[in-house]
Amino acid sequence: MNLLIAAIAMIAVSGLPGALMNRRRSSGQFLAAMISTAGSICGLLAVGQWLAVGGQSDLRIAWSLVPGADFHVGLDGLSAAFLLPIFVIPALGSIYGLGYWRQSEHADNGRKLRLFYGLCAAGMAVLVVARNSVVFLFGWEVMALSAFVLVATEDDQPSVAEAGWVYLVATHAATLTLFGLFAALAALLGAFDLPADGGKLSPAAANAAFLLALVGFGFKAGIMPLHVWLPGAHANAPSHVSALMSGVLIKMGVYGLLRVFSFLPDPPLWWGGLLLALGVVSGVIGLAFAAAQRDFKRLLAYSSIENIGIISIATGLALLGRTTHRADWVVLGVGGAVWHVWNHALFKSLLFFCAGSVLHATETRDINQLGGLAKRTPLTAFCFLLGAVAVCGLPPLNGFVSEFLIYVGLFGTLGIPDGAGPSLPGAALAAPGLAFIGALAVACYATAFAGIFLGAPRSSRVEHAHEANWAMLVPMLLLVGCCVFVGLAPGVIAPALDPAIAAWTSAAPDGAALAAELKPLTEQVPLGWLSALGLALVALAAFGGAALAARLRPRFTSSSVTWGCGYLAPSARMQYTSTSFSEILTGLFRWALRPQIRRPRIDELFPHSASFETAVPDSVLESVVRPALRSLGQRILWFRVFQQGNVRVYLFYLFAALLLLLIWPY
Amino acid sequence: METAIHVLAVLGLPLLLRGVINKTKAAFAGRVGPPLLQPFYDVIRLVQKDSVISQTTGWVFRAGPVVSLATALLASLLLPFGRETAPVSFSGDVLLFVYLLALGRFFLAIASLDTGSAFEGMGVTRELTFSALAEPALFFGFLVMASLSRSLNLSEMLGESFGAQWQTGGASLVLVLVSWFIVLLAENSRIPFDDPNTHLELTMIHEVIVLDHSGPALAMILYGAAVKLLLFCAMIVQLLSPIDSGYVLVDAAVFVVETLVLAAIIGVIESTMARLRMPDVPRLLVTACVLSAFGIILLPR
Repeated sequence: MNLLIAAIAMIAVSGLPGALMNRRRSSGQFLAAMISTAGSICGLLAVGQWLAVGGQSDLRIAWSLVPGADFHVGLDGLSAAFLLPIFVIPALGSIYGLGYWRQSEHADNGRKLRLFYGLCAAGMAVLVVARNSVVFLFGWEVMALSAFVLVATEDDQPSVAEAGWVYLVATHAATLTLFGLFAALAALLGAFDLPADGGKLSPAAANAAFLLALVGFGFKAGIMPLHVWLPGAHANAPSHVSALMSGVLIKMGVYGLLRVFSFLPDPPLWWGGLLLALGVVSGVIGLAFAAAQRDFKRLLAYSSIENIGIISIATGLALLGRTTHRADWVVLGVGGAVWHVWNHALFKSLLFFCAGSVLHATETRDINQLGGLAKRTPLTAFCFLLGAVAVCGLPPLNGFVSEFLIYVGLFGTLGIPDGAGPSLPGAALAAPGLAFIGALAVACYATAFAGIFLGAPRSSRVEHAHEANWAMLVPMLLLVGCCVFVGLAPGVIAPALDPAIAAWTSAAPDGAALAAELKPLTEQVPLGWLSALGLALVALAAFGGAALAARLRPRFTSSSVTWGCGYLAPSARMQYTSTSFSEILTGLFRWALRPQIRRPRIDELFPHSASFETAVPDSVLESVVRPALRSLGQRILWFRVFQQGNVRVYLFYLFAALLLLLIWPY
Repeated sequence: METAIHVLAVLGLPLLLRGVINKTKAAFAGRVGPPLLQPFYDVIRLVQKDSVISQTTGWVFRAGPVVSLATALLASLLLPFGRETAPVSFSGDVLLFVYLLALGRFFLAIASLDTGSAFEGMGVTRELTFSALAEPALFFGFLVMASLSRSLNLSEMLGESFGAQWQTGGASLVLVLVSWFIVLLAENSRIPFDDPNTHLELTMIHEVIVLDHSGPALAMILYGAAVKLLLFCAMIVQLLSPIDSGYVLVDAAVFVVETLVLAAIIGVIESTMARLRMPDVPRLLVTACVLSAFGIILLPR
């Protein structure tokens, strides 16, 4: 426990020494990466030691600032599971930043960025180990506000400032909901404890708590339609910040959901059903948006929404398991959700790192200006390809393993295996939804990879591109290694999930009976077969590759231009672009995406030059949220009377509020 | 013994199916047609040929055929042929089966896009979109089968004790059968989704994807596609076939005859139908999804 707190403290202050150093020198940056990495290693050691041998898992310091709320932190299976990505990704991100965001090139904002990068990671670690809601909210706000500074790193650009504002509004809405949730829980239960004793909650109060948690944490996780802040923030932040946000920060929403759901009593069927439905909608619509993007970082951001959808399907499955008292669904649901959190942290951070090196090399985020980059940046292309295979949930990489668990659980709702307990065939309908999500992901990522890295260069930016430097490549290759290892040896990883499943189940007021029935994950899914067949696939492909390579030696091949139906001078401009790749899909999902297409009207015999434009902005943000907020803003103009912009007036407000609170009890 | 027969079937049958389809089409057109074994000759000839490779391409272009063939072969080990258990069989193998085929599709798509050709871009876009629409139909069907057999194991879902399932869930199985047949035609680029014979790139889906591959790489793609055809045919045959003689060799022979008959039926459909207009393809696929979704509703409780 002490090691863990030391680790969190190290990560929190990692950017501080650098912030006090010369802005032109890079030594502060190295120092930050070193402290952050050292802190992360300490943290991983602490968590690993706790998982392996147990030990002290609780620390309580009497703290009288808020009545009833001590400074109370602790470790349980769920906290440990979410601490792992918090210790892996930020450390890799800070190493990546050495090459990607050099202090010498970003003298204005580099120090600020690193200060808040460490704070953000430390805030997440604090909220995950918090054992009462005041500490939790403290960590939550540190994380959320540091993330705002990180998103707005380059706030001199209008698009960045805009994304920052949208993020700030969304995160405040989320925090407000969470204040309401935890205040209500504290009022009803009389304590701020975090896995609270939910047995005393009435069904109505439990329903209200469920909905408040779903909205508050759903904002942060990016469940549709609460995802509005996510694409802009992920696209406009520096890439290692995007990796941190997409890989870890939005998972804090998932952690909150799992933590709060764990202690709510007697979940009715509709909780699980609602999460399944929201998950399928987030997945399918998220991918439809992703496929329609020209900006590859926005594409990755929408794909994060899809993955949150998959995680929310798994969470729904776990809740259904508690409702119907099926321990195997709980194991597969919580196990699938947490494992997918890990996997998504690995491959989405990898993809954002790759996106960063493409951006670094070409200075554009527009796929329609890229192409053929694999020849200039072969290692980045290789890493992106493996990340894309993993994010599509294809074997033999890690994404397939977590989706496999979720599928097995969903099929299980049909009553498989026989005689294990009640069935719930309606829930199984999420399985074809998940299959659709998987197939759309293949379509989206195959064309995105091809648009960026394959074919001929679509603009001169590619010609001057250069491979990423080693500070960027090492974290990427490490993540590739993790993805491959988890995919080929899932049986090694699975036991680390069992404590999380046990912690989630036994936190419930009636959880003891269910917790006694839990079986280890390795007994429920044939992970050995997955690794055997994964290795067989690798071997078969290697053999085939060698055979083909032997037949494709230069002696047997000649090269020519790409076949163009007899046209021998194809130019790069004739290639399909990312817009054309997504045209069919955008058409099929027109009702949700509302693409803006501006076609030229041609009504004369010899038309002048014309232009054609398409864009797919976020339809929820542009046609629902913005108009609603604008009209709300119009209606509460009178409130401006109180906004005097004068410090003395605000001090008076504070004084008046304090006075009021003092008088209140009498 | 069973495994040996299975492997022999995977090696021999796929190309024979193509031969049967072509022969049927020729018969309908009043031609003699190529010999039944022509696809074998084609593959052998292609393996011996040299290759022409586009200057735009890199290693991805070469990896595509390999991965698509490897995944198809590995997937074929998971599917039972006849009333026997498949060589590799475990709970949840159905998911690996579908996702292996998806991995092959992914790599074939990027290999094709490596050429930078707009034609191939068109083909890939269509193939990936249509496959995405076919995927739920496939899974609704698997849900029905899983629910009837109480198992997640392809060998139990499609292999053993089939008569009982037709008695309990006949109506659902008919719907799944129709839906899966549509998926078979779509996933294997047959008429009415795609015309494997046309040489007008704008109308093709699968054939245009492999336009730039030649020699041994094209042979791998052809063989991989034929294995995929066999797999989908085998799924339909497994769904339909009532015969369980108890003798391994008899069952194997019955399975071979049944798949060949199914190939002939595909040939008949290709000879008597026209290709759908491109915008109508998604509608037919959504119909397939709806049909198999109804299959779930009709399941006995």
